[in-house]
Amino acid sequence: MSSLAAQRRHPASIVLVLLLGLVITGGLYALLAPSSAGAAVGSSSDLKSGKSLFLANCATCHGVNADGRENNPSLVGVGAAAVDFQVSSGRMPLSNPSVQAARNSSNVQFTSTQIKQLAEYVASLGAGPAIPSSKYTSLGGNIAKGGELFRVNCAMCHNFAGSGGALTRGKYAPNLMDVSGKQMYEAMLTGPQSMPVFNDTNLSPQDKKDVIAYLKNVKNEPSQGGHTLGNLGPVTEGMFAWTIGIGLLIGAAVWLGRKAA
Amino acid sequence: MTSDAHTGTGRPADALRGDDETSTAPKKKGGGAVGGVANWMDERTGGAKGIRYLMNKVFPDHWSFMLGEVAMYSLIILLITGTFLTFWYVPSMGETIYHGSYTPLQGQQMSEAYKSTVDISMDVRGGLLIRQIHHWAALLFLVAIMLHMFRVFFTGAFRKPREINWVIGVLLFMLAMVEGFAGYSLPDDLLSGTGIRAAQGFMLSIPVIGSYVAYFVFGGAFPGSEIIPRLFTVHVLLLPAIIMGLFAAHMILLIVHKHTQFPGPGRSDHNVVGFKLMPVYTAKAGGFFFIVFGITALISGLVTINPIWMYGPYEPTMVTAGAQPDWYMGFADGALRLSPGWWEFTLLGHTFSLNVMIGAILLIPVIFTALGVYPFLEAWITGDKREHHLLDRPRNAPTRTAIGMGFIAFYFVLFVASGNDIMAITLHLSINDITHVMQASIFILPPLVFWITKRLCMSLQRSDRDLVLHGKESGRLIRTAEGRFFEAHTPLSEHDRWRLVSYETHRPIAAPTEADSNGVGRRQIAKDKMRARLSHFYFNDRIEAITPAELAAAHHDGQAFESIESAEDGDRLEIDSDEFDHHMHGGAEELSSGHAYSHPQDQEPS
Repeated sequence: MSSLAAQRRHPASIVLVLLLGLVITGGLYALLAPSSAGAAVGSSSDLKSGKSLFLANCATCHGVNADGRENNPSLVGVGAAAVDFQVSSGRMPLSNPSVQAARNSSNVQFTSTQIKQLAEYVASLGAGPAIPSSKYTSLGGNIAKGGELFRVNCAMCHNFAGSGGALTRGKYAPNLMDVSGKQMYEAMLTGPQSMPVFNDTNLSPQDKKDVIAYLKNVKNEPSQGGHTLGNLGPVTEGMFAWTIGIGLLIGAAVWLGRKAA
Repeated sequence: MTSDAHTGTGRPADALRGDDETSTAPKKKGGGAVGGVANWMDERTGGAKGIRYLMNKVFPDHWSFMLGEVAMYSLIILLITGTFLTFWYVPSMGETIYHGSYTPLQGQQMSEAYKSTVDISMDVRGGLLIRQIHHWAALLFLVAIMLHMFRVFFTGAFRKPREINWVIGVLLFMLAMVEGFAGYSLPDDLLSGTGIRAAQGFMLSIPVIGSYVAYFVFGGAFPGSEIIPRLFTVHVLLLPAIIMGLFAAHMILLIVHKHTQFPGPGRSDHNVVGFKLMPVYTAKAGGFFFIVFGITALISGLVTINPIWMYGPYEPTMVTAGAQPDWYMGFADGALRLSPGWWEFTLLGHTFSLNVMIGAILLIPVIFTALGVYPFLEAWITGDKREHHLLDRPRNAPTRTAIGMGFIAFYFVLFVASGNDIMAITLHLSINDITHVMQASIFILPPLVFWITKRLCMSLQRSDRDLVLHGKESGRLIRTAEGRFFEAHTPLSEHDRWRLVSYETHRPIAAPTEADSNGVGRRQIAKDKMRARLSHFYFNDRIEAITPAELAAAHHDGQAFESIESAEDGDRLEIDSDEFDHHMHGGAEELSSGHAYSHPQDQEPS
């Protein structure tokens, strides 16, 4: 100890301390930084199949080198998560170019293996968010916390129960009831179309897991009050009151009015 | 029926009331134990006279007269269920942590108001059902009020002597809206918090005094801790008391005025044809209360309304898509959504948010003032100072009906506009396009609906006229001895005809002259001119009611026919059929079903 203390004025000590600081910082960063930025490198055969799938199905719009054409985005750096989200939800390949690619689960063109190959190929073009680990996309998050996070971050577009809401000029925030946990996570991570990005510094992986748990609970919990009318708020309630509600009452009034004394 | 029916018993239609109970013989005292108790009560309160008066009140039968009843019963349901809810509701914005039985909110920070509402929904036995009955009954209450108002408006039931009752009704409608909004705000969930936030924004948009108003109402900056307790007092004490007071006045005036009735045989401005309150209407109305309660409870048991546990607690940082007020406030929300942004401007360093103020604040008093003033306006234009207890059929007042429908179109556009975002997602349309279409519709639709309605009413009047003068086509073709063909028409029975001919035709008043016969300029000439112009607008296009002479002329086929009391002069014309045995109607024949044909010598065209 005393010898170390004696050496502290040594000219090399400053360099050593700096080095030590850098190593610790770098080590901590490597441990704690969001891991999704790394481009997953798959096996060469997967990459090859992915490339041929890409050339056959995606290159028309996104370009042979996936660097985009005219109004179509480049896919370099979008990451595997974006590809998996867009293709597994049936949005891509785009069947109907309009203001927004619509979720279309009956239009999923590829098997999960093919989607994985495609995602690996696109991920190999540039670093981007990777497909999330199933640890964060399965159930088991904190529903109450997820609900609060959802109301703060998501409800203004997707509505309080994830029923969806309108955006400008025909765009919309879709209904979330049939979305898989993995796709929810990927959507938060990549911010498709009008959606903002909720990366791991906005919402930690655990937060995302909580949000997923909340939405799955909304879908699965029994409807305590009876039929939900789509969970769309007072508009559908007003419509119900004006049609079926008052209709039944007027029907009863007409019946009573006709009834002989 | 022949014309000698007039001489004996009065009008021929009186015969139709031959079965009416007219016995006025005093009844024997009796009634057993009940009668004894009633007598005991009467000797101490003197209530029997009043109760007898009430029990003998006669009410006419028509389903549309029961819309007001639906509102009344909904109000009773609201009072009963509301009282239940106050047992558990905590009107406080104090912060607390939820540890109730609803897992998705476990450990969440929330206001005591919200927590107690979740407790009512999740932990209080029957609480959710009662909450839903309360909310559904509130929506149906306002629907029923509005439909009741339509009925009163379109049948002219607001005319003298019922103008004050109309104004009371308008006030009740407005107070019920405010009452509903206060109740909607109490749970302090995400939706109602958004609503209160919006209301605070509306207050702020009032020029000059807006910020003072908002600070006054909220007791400081938003949200503060005052607004929920204050709204609670307004919702359970202040407004219900005023509503009940006005409702009582509404009912007393109804009893004083007697109920209106649709025109029909034996019905006049001097009688009411129907059944007595006791026993018929006591049974009908009492039964109807349970029907209304039952249907409301059924709906509440089957359909969710305002799932506050899903909305979650309100925090000022949060908002949900699809945040709308309940339907009765929708028109103001829609007006806000349709207001263009350029209505906001800066003047002398102050911002004037008229884009918010006009739709959200100004529109409500403007609409309700227009509603309240209408009976007086129409009375001024027609100059009609008589009492009316017989209703107009809507078609027989084409301009009024058209004004009403035009107003409904205006209201409807605003109402629909408040759901523009829901329409956009459910119909896959652009919210911008929807809004632009609505902005155009608010100007185009009301005049269009006005015009279409007026034309429809007049067509219906023409068709009635045709029916009365020519009867129904019987489908029976007749060949005369000369070989001519015509279709026999069956005349209406007088019972059916009465309904179609007993209305008055207003005619436009003449434009006032600038000076009287002495050349003296008249005061108020501008006012009189305006009145003449409006009168012209109301009554220039009209289908005249059928006069007895016209009717007589139409029935030229040798049948006996009725004279009709003319609405114009009350004369009774006795017309000899032989005077009118020529053809006036282009060869169309009116024959009773008993006649194969008549007067074959008359088949030449006139």
